[in-house]
Amino acid sequence: MTMTKQILEALLFAADQPVTLAQLAQLSPEPVEKAAVRATLEDLAADYEGRGVQLKEVAGGWQFLTRPEHGEWVRRLIQDESRAKLSRAALETLAIIVYRQPVTKMEIEGLRGVDSSGVLKTLLERRLVKILGRKRVIGRPILYGSSREFLQYFGLGNLTDLPRPEDIRPPLEGLPEEMQGEEFAALEELVEAQAVGDGGVGHEEGEPPAA
Amino acid sequence: MPYQVKLPVFDGPLDLLLHLIRVQEIDIYDIPIAQVTAQYLAYLELMQTLNLDVAGEWLVMAATLTYIKSRMLLPRSPEDEEIEDEEDPRRELLEKLLEYQRVKAMAEDLRERELEHREVYCRPPLDAPEDDEDIMLNVTLFDLLEAFTALVERLPEAEAQELVIEEMSVTEMIHTVVERLEGEGPIAFEALFEGATHRAEIVVTFLAILEMIRLKMILAQQRQPFGPIRVSLTVEEKQPA
Repeated sequence: MTMTKQILEALLFAADQPVTLAQLAQLSPEPVEKAAVRATLEDLAADYEGRGVQLKEVAGGWQFLTRPEHGEWVRRLIQDESRAKLSRAALETLAIIVYRQPVTKMEIEGLRGVDSSGVLKTLLERRLVKILGRKRVIGRPILYGSSREFLQYFGLGNLTDLPRPEDIRPPLEGLPEEMQGEEFAALEELVEAQAVGDGGVGHEEGEPPAA
Repeated sequence: MPYQVKLPVFDGPLDLLLHLIRVQEIDIYDIPIAQVTAQYLAYLELMQTLNLDVAGEWLVMAATLTYIKSRMLLPRSPEDEEIEDEEDPRRELLEKLLEYQRVKAMAEDLRERELEHREVYCRPPLDAPEDDEDIMLNVTLFDLLEAFTALVERLPEAEAQELVIEEMSVTEMIHTVVERLEGEGPIAFEALFEGATHRAEIVVTFLAILEMIRLKMILAQQRQPFGPIRVSLTVEEKQPA
């Protein structure tokens, strides 16, 4: 009995979290190649193109998920209000950890230029970050890395789904849009007022998007 | 001039500097240090006026900026002119800013993914039969030591032969244990020592386990006193509901 597309569909439908290729292959009474399972899964995922549900590789496993464009509707159904966004500080710290792991707190702080103990603690508590061990230097600082929950939280199959550092917007092409948020408008005005006195360097950004 | 300000929150000195550079469309590779320093200090003053907690790093940056400014003001001696690539005093700061800008871009990329994935839902768990795991006891150090002693005693008498022992550090062992636990899920304490042939390897594994418990990376639990000990990753323990 081979693991048909239908069987895999049933398994993944019944599962409540990502199931890995290894786990799926193990369920088969006769030996199956993981590559064969993957191929069938990809075939199945293709069947779900254009449907309200997608089959996606998340955190090293496969999982049925609703599509992001229907989030609003699903939220109404399950009345989920609890999803708090991560702070900018937390995202920056995570970015450093993900791209530089294994990394120490000192290295993180060197890059961010600010104390990061609190943020790190929060990330550890939310399990987005894990301790990988200790660095073999004086003081044996703890090394941090990203966890499986990190992949799950951001809907990533694995770390290679992230853009490579060199593909991330080159430094000069503008800053994250988030900095154009409402909270920055006031300082922009303040600085602009000073700048105008200096010879009229204005800023061209449009109105900040409504919060 | 009375000025109503809703103070923006910057994550730190680098964040503020990048902001000043961006809104004024300054060339980051040629920062007018006097102008930026003045604006930076003005902001600091604002923070202090508002009784905001000005952490040390803000002051360090103020000192750095002032220092760079003073170095830029000093006339270069004729000898200096000859040395072509005399280092620009702004260089170190520039590198930090570029690096931080990159971090911000990465963070922004993560934010986009976060926002998208927040709109995605998976099925909640089925009503699976309750595992009676909540009555798991946390294992004490003595339980661990006892299990460890039992293991060492079971170690086969070493045959006399010359061996090249590949040494493994505790850190490396921690990685190994994490990998195994991630791959296989919770496993028996003894299983972690499978394949260990030397006393040294067993000791290193044990030290790794102790260290991991201390760092709260793993949990060691048993169902009843003196029962078999089961080791699981702390990360695995709580699945998002």
